[in-house]
Amino acid sequence: MTIAPNMDSPRTATANPPTHPVPPNLGQANVVRSSAGGPVAENPQPLTEVAKLIDVSKCIGCKACQSACIEWNDTQPEVGVNVGVYENPHDLTPEMYTLMRFTEFDNPDTGDFEWLIRKDGCMHCAEPGCLKACPAPGAIVQYSNGIVDFISENCIGCGYCVSGCPFDIPRISPVTHVAKKCTLCSDRVAVGQGPACAKACPTHAITFGTKDDMKALAAERIEDLKSRGYENAGLYDPAGVGGTHVMYVLHHNDKPQVYDGLPEDPKISDVVQNWKGPAKPVGIAAVGLAAIGAAAMALFHRGNSVSQEDEAEARELVQEELRGAPVERPHDKGNA
Amino acid sequence: MVERKFSEPTDEIVQLEPVEVRRYIAFTRWNHWFTAICFIVLMLSGFAFFHPSLYGLTALFGGGQMTRWLHPFVGIALTVSFLGMFFQLVHLNIIRREDLVWTRNIKDVITGHEERLPELGKYNFGQKTVFWGMFWLILALLITGVMMWYQYFPHLVSIETRRIAILVHAVSAVLIVLVFILHIFAALWTRGTLRAMTRGTVTGGWSWRHHRKWLRELARRQRTKPAE
Repeated sequence: MTIAPNMDSPRTATANPPTHPVPPNLGQANVVRSSAGGPVAENPQPLTEVAKLIDVSKCIGCKACQSACIEWNDTQPEVGVNVGVYENPHDLTPEMYTLMRFTEFDNPDTGDFEWLIRKDGCMHCAEPGCLKACPAPGAIVQYSNGIVDFISENCIGCGYCVSGCPFDIPRISPVTHVAKKCTLCSDRVAVGQGPACAKACPTHAITFGTKDDMKALAAERIEDLKSRGYENAGLYDPAGVGGTHVMYVLHHNDKPQVYDGLPEDPKISDVVQNWKGPAKPVGIAAVGLAAIGAAAMALFHRGNSVSQEDEAEARELVQEELRGAPVERPHDKGNA
Repeated sequence: MVERKFSEPTDEIVQLEPVEVRRYIAFTRWNHWFTAICFIVLMLSGFAFFHPSLYGLTALFGGGQMTRWLHPFVGIALTVSFLGMFFQLVHLNIIRREDLVWTRNIKDVITGHEERLPELGKYNFGQKTVFWGMFWLILALLITGVMMWYQYFPHLVSIETRRIAILVHAVSAVLIVLVFILHIFAALWTRGTLRAMTRGTVTGGWSWRHHRKWLRELARRQRTKPAE
């Protein structure tokens, strides 16, 4: 199946590429949000919301997704070292946008020992903390289909996105000095193809489509998991960030933190909200008013000027003191 | 020898008719203006990241990437330079009892009734406020700034701590700019002050009016110099 001409976004990652050239449909015309007041489309072309669904219960930890990600994005991760765990590399890097995180979980309720594998990477939040924190106009954009993308040519490498993100995802390249993360393969989605990781996944633990389709698929999977004893199975689509465009099916949705620290209730930190919220206009207003007030007073007030009498008094004082034996004054105590 | 309590060793009455007093030696003035240039560069580059409407200021420094790279280094330069000023000026900037009286009668300062105020040494409470305000805010900006210096200290603090550091940095920056505005305003409003940092000297009348204890001590110190 290829993308139908009347579809605005791919409905699956398994489809083969179209045989005819497709003009990319993700660009400035679809930008609904842009960091630091960067340009947004006036009438953004509405696209169907897309999502990637990661079913951790189906994942076998093969890392085909990581390989596909490296290949498609042409990144060059360093050859790692083995420290006795399966994670490789040991963290997300500017060259590794997605990472299988492995957790050995001793389930206290069942006594089972579970090996949990979660594919970590950008969640493509509906309310992105990175975009909120970014000071460079247009360095982070959100398209009308929900994808959050870093526009490297506008990025200044300050690392504010790292502080803004509730999931600790962006990484700053020490070589190119720009922030890097999963793009949800926006360059593939733009031409009707699903993300590389989803395409490569051999067990269909990673699927891609419209957000509604993915939610429906998740509901089926959750029902199945529940029927097999995972009564807390559920969909991870956290409301604190307005929902995400990368969602998980978790067998333990009641305690997402067991999946290597997946936050239970992620949201943009209040500190970031205050810094990017009231601090800016209040700060600008305070500085502006002080500057205008000072300028006005300096211009229109006559100022504190030294008079001829002051100069005469000074001469008198200096000469008196130089001659010696001045009249003692109360506050002169301690002087010779 | 007269005890030196309100003046620096280098302060001196350099001329009697009319009276002219040296307030800052060349080294202090160069030190001051270098700090000032650093401050202005930091303020402009910092404002660029403070509010999107001011991002255009990055063009002054060669774009966003250059501004991001430059700002922390200038911050270090300012800190070192300010430290030089700090050690030269700190002794006479300790808060004294007469400063409290001066503050209580701030109305007389603004309305120009300095005859109602206690006689002051080299600095009044306003000047001391600028001095200590700069000191504490530069300290806060330095500490939080290093925490935010992602290029060289990416793992110095946790993400949660860095969030707080960024907020403290932004608030401190606004406060220090307010202190900066107060500093410039006071230097301009109090006529005859600016030449202390350009020529290095002030008139006798200026010294008598604003810093009489300082002037008196200088005259006494010169009286007790060995007779020629």
